[in-house]
Amino acid sequence: MIQERYLNALVLFGLIAVPLYAMATEELFTITLATRAVILALAAVGLNLALGLGGLVSFGHATFFGIGGYTMGVLAYHAQTYTALDLGLFTIEGTKSMPIIWLVAIILSSLVAVVIGMLSLRTSGVYFIMITLAFGQMFFFFTISWAAYGGEDGLSIYVRNGFPGLNTLVPIQFYGICFVILCAVLFLNARLAKSPFGLALNAARQTPMRTQTVGLDPTRLKLVAFVISGAITGLAGALFADLNRFVSPTMFSWQFSGEIMLFIILGGVGRLFGPVIGAVIFVTLEHFLGEITDFWHIYLGVILVIIVLFARGGIVGLLSGRGGGHD
Amino acid sequence: MSTVLIIEQVLNGLQFGVMLFLMAAGLTLIFGVMGLINLAHGSFYMIGAFVAAAVAAATGSFLLALIAALIAAAAAGAIVEMVVIRRLYATDHLDQVLATFALILVFSEGTRWIFGSFPLFLDIPGYLSGPVTLPGGIQYPLYRLTLIGAGLAVGLGLWALIERTRVGIQIRAGENDREMIAALGVDISKLYTLVFALGAALAGLSGALVGAIQSVQVGMGEPVLILAFVVIVIGGIGSIKGAFVGALLVGLTDTLGGIFLPQLFKLFMEQSAATNAGSAVASMSIYILMSIVLIWKPTGLFGARP
Repeated sequence: MIQERYLNALVLFGLIAVPLYAMATEELFTITLATRAVILALAAVGLNLALGLGGLVSFGHATFFGIGGYTMGVLAYHAQTYTALDLGLFTIEGTKSMPIIWLVAIILSSLVAVVIGMLSLRTSGVYFIMITLAFGQMFFFFTISWAAYGGEDGLSIYVRNGFPGLNTLVPIQFYGICFVILCAVLFLNARLAKSPFGLALNAARQTPMRTQTVGLDPTRLKLVAFVISGAITGLAGALFADLNRFVSPTMFSWQFSGEIMLFIILGGVGRLFGPVIGAVIFVTLEHFLGEITDFWHIYLGVILVIIVLFARGGIVGLLSGRGGGHD
Repeated sequence: MSTVLIIEQVLNGLQFGVMLFLMAAGLTLIFGVMGLINLAHGSFYMIGAFVAAAVAAATGSFLLALIAALIAAAAAGAIVEMVVIRRLYATDHLDQVLATFALILVFSEGTRWIFGSFPLFLDIPGYLSGPVTLPGGIQYPLYRLTLIGAGLAVGLGLWALIERTRVGIQIRAGENDREMIAALGVDISKLYTLVFALGAALAGLSGALVGAIQSVQVGMGEPVLILAFVVIVIGGIGSIKGAFVGALLVGLTDTLGGIFLPQLFKLFMEQSAATNAGSAVASMSIYILMSIVLIWKPTGLFGARP
């Protein structure tokens, strides 16, 4: 048994030490793998805010991931072809600058999250799960038939976007950017959970009626959580697109929504580092089991069923000896 | 745009709808009785199709293939219920979603392991192939017409089972108050296994029937699963009547939308842009339909009040 905060420190240490070791031994692929894990963790940390703190089981978070990805794709595409982006009323230039892309990705995914959240929060339970799924599917099919940006084939970006003062083409530097963002978001997440807003949100999840009685609006609290959550996942999408230098409709697929939900439950719902641990374990399993056998999904599936049935509270709950941490 | 084309497309929509109904009926029963979200339902559809294709290839009999598909899917359903699903009834929806998502991985990769990655083919039997002439001189494939008939017959049978038999009374009672009927001496866990196997068998049958008009491959269950979820959410979860109405609505919207929306867009757009925009909106149309229904009636058309 190990205390949760020591476990968290251990994970952070690993996320610093492994890529540095890989850089020293020039195993570039390990760094790419670590970058992938960190970005997927960021997407799941975003979902965890809605799911763990707000109790909103969104099965459509791929929507925001995809919007972030396509923001990067479209802006960088216009920059690399030197064409202007025609928005009807006015045109804008594309850009290859990461901070601008991130900002646009965050704004766009927040706006979409406001609309989806307002409509979806009219329902609850299974209906909420399914309506968020439906919105994800809408975007998925829309991008498939959106021929201007590659349609089903997706969109390739030839050179990774730049960040002032860094060379993002060096794997370890791009990893550094992603890692710092993940840490910043985790810090924000921890502060948010302890803030008056976080406490009210917790209350809204556990006893909506009492929360309403003391004069707080549970739906509004959940909407705010959903929007912040969508914005974080959107940012992760922009980073993921930059990692692969490729965007395609699969970023919107419902399987991806399921996958990030899986990271959270694997790690531990509502735990600060749950999604991070889940994503790291998933990427590691994917890589090593994938090398041993083509049918690694069978083993992954069996492991998952066992975790759901016997390790309530996920890996964090199992290791810290306090299972079933949520509710 | 002729009437013949419209009637053909309506029939295609109906055929799609009744096959969706077979999937959705099982899903909605399982949710209504056990309160379980079963993402792995699409796997039974796939199992049905694969077993049917394998048996048809070995024996050459389509009827035997259908029977084998039914039995295999029901058996797979019963086993999964007893080993995994049974432990999920008391947990929240999140755990159910994850565990059944994991089951999809196991089933899909398991099928790929046994049958390989290449699609199998299931042929329409000779006595059901070829077109028939409908009143009004419309030529329509006999097999698709058979599917509509088979789907409606199964729907009728399901209705009779639930409304007119003792098991049906128990199922309906289980939906309303599971403690009460357990107290009255009904073996509730056996009833649950039965309902789950019944749902799986319906999915397997649907997979086998549809398998003859499309290729049988790994992952074929998931798109249908998502559509079946859309169907039961539109109809109201737990309601068989809702599943039927929802399935026909989704089937018709999807089929007719794909034909008529591009035509509609041509009225105020240029040719190529209209085709693009029309097909984009058409592929989104059922999800738009679902959102509208949910925003208007948050528990679906025939759903119980929360």
